[in-house]
Amino acid sequence: MSALLSVTDAHVAYGKVEAVRSVSLEVGANQIVTIVGANGAGKTTLLSAIMGILPLKGRVAFAGQDLARLDIEDRVAMGLGLVPEHRELFVTMNVEDNLELGAFRIERSRAKSSIERIYTLFPRLKERRKQLAGTLSGGEQQMLAMGRALMGEPKLLMLDEPSLGLAPIIVADIFRIVTELRAAGVSVLLVEQNAQAALKIADQAYVMELGEFVLSGKASDIAANERVAASYLGFQHEGASVI
Amino acid sequence: MNTTIMLFLVQDGITNGAIYALLGLALVLVFAVTRVILIPQGEFVTYGALTYASLAAGQMPGTAKLALALGIGAFAFDLFVARKALHGRLVVRSLITNIVLPAIVLALTIYFAAQKPPVAVCIALSLVIVAMIGLYLYRIAFQPLAHTSVLVLLIASVGVHLALQGLGLLFFGAEGQRGPAVLSGAFTAGALRFTGQSITVYAITIAFIVGLWLFFGLTLYGKALRATAVNRLGARLAGIRTTLSGQIAFLLASVIGALSGIMIVPITTLYYDSGFLIGLKGFVAAIIGGLVSYPLTAVAALVVGIVEAFSSFYASNYKEVIVFMLLIPVLLLRSLAAPAVEEEKD
Repeated sequence: MSALLSVTDAHVAYGKVEAVRSVSLEVGANQIVTIVGANGAGKTTLLSAIMGILPLKGRVAFAGQDLARLDIEDRVAMGLGLVPEHRELFVTMNVEDNLELGAFRIERSRAKSSIERIYTLFPRLKERRKQLAGTLSGGEQQMLAMGRALMGEPKLLMLDEPSLGLAPIIVADIFRIVTELRAAGVSVLLVEQNAQAALKIADQAYVMELGEFVLSGKASDIAANERVAASYLGFQHEGASVI
Repeated sequence: MNTTIMLFLVQDGITNGAIYALLGLALVLVFAVTRVILIPQGEFVTYGALTYASLAAGQMPGTAKLALALGIGAFAFDLFVARKALHGRLVVRSLITNIVLPAIVLALTIYFAAQKPPVAVCIALSLVIVAMIGLYLYRIAFQPLAHTSVLVLLIASVGVHLALQGLGLLFFGAEGQRGPAVLSGAFTAGALRFTGQSITVYAITIAFIVGLWLFFGLTLYGKALRATAVNRLGARLAGIRTTLSGQIAFLLASVIGALSGIMIVPITTLYYDSGFLIGLKGFVAAIIGGLVSYPLTAVAALVVGIVEAFSSFYASNYKEVIVFMLLIPVLLLRSLAAPAVEEEKD
């Protein structure tokens, strides 16, 4: 079976500086794949390039189709969703409008029932549905950003640092929802600094350092890897340095 | 000064202010959605007004031909951009909106111009012609530059303004024109006399503002436009095309401009270059509203209108100077409130 998303030999550069070098990755159907790595490793850059926000050299195929000529909006319509690190919500609009706009490319009748599904997934959003997005707490904004992306009925949802700056209890909630998404048939490409939590729920994992993948494999194997454990999971082994 | 004169001036100011309000709102809308400071807004006013006046006088307005010419240009742009992935549906859609539509309107214009059509037909044709010009201008001049800086967009905007003004001279000549009143008749209330035309101005302004409010508040496309204004990347990630939002914004702006022109031309004689100053006053209002606030812009526009009316009474030579001087304290205050100016990045 071919992968849902396959990236082959991708390079992304800011001017002359290559932030991502020769990266290849695959996300299958019903899979959670995570990319872990330190700050500045190029994880966000890679996601932005897959989404079409940044130009990418190499090949990106989604559901068997080459994405090279498609812009962001077309990729969204194909079922690729991104929840960016800064969430990019419509802060002066209320929660419901944000969600409704997430389904801009979806049939109106289906969008209505989608909103109810999002509210079951994130009951907090229902309580706040008339509140302006900009006045929500960080965790609620993250839920709204995920909700808005899910309204577009993505086959693959890319999450960029969903746990950043959030209280542990909310982080747990968000990771629980990510696993629920997989159960509902949505694949997830998860970029996280919180490697421990990410590796726990992921099927496959890639470790990124300075723009390159240095390790990849089953998430459980990666989590068991000594070097990864030392660098990203906060377990100190003798002689290993902690980044 | 006695109260009657004062009331007259206020009334006059409100009538003008209503027009400035519409133009100011259009400017805010276009800037918020596309980051273009729409200097040619004034040309939409003159084009609307003079197309209407020409048609009413039984003359063929050159703007209808311009619309077709720009449409052909827009079609060429569409084909060029899609050259590597041409498919039939795209070509047909572009052909219909960019060539078939203006061709039909041109044919209708030629047909009606020969027989002094009724006011309603003149209005409808003028609105459609200017709306198409606005739409195609966006496609040709602004859409290809959508990712550049505000400054580049401003330069393009000045260029479009100069080009349209020159074409205006070519189409309508150097002489001013007046059009027939949309609504004739008048009534008096106390010392004030309300003409049918000024009532039309109030009614249409209010209707348009309410309409815009409903459009932005209730419809999906209105919300999409707001979303693009609030967060361009967020909107794209939701699948909202910035070009679609830009098209809607330009369409609204050109219709508002043309409508304003049609409302003024029965009251004042308009020349091919009158629009610039009228548009600038809408711009003053928009700047007072910070190019973001719709209600503030509308209120500021009324103030601009009233200040203009009073200054033309007391110091008519300095009327424009006084109106534009309103900007200085506002800009000063704003620069104090927000000392750092950052160029928005996409």
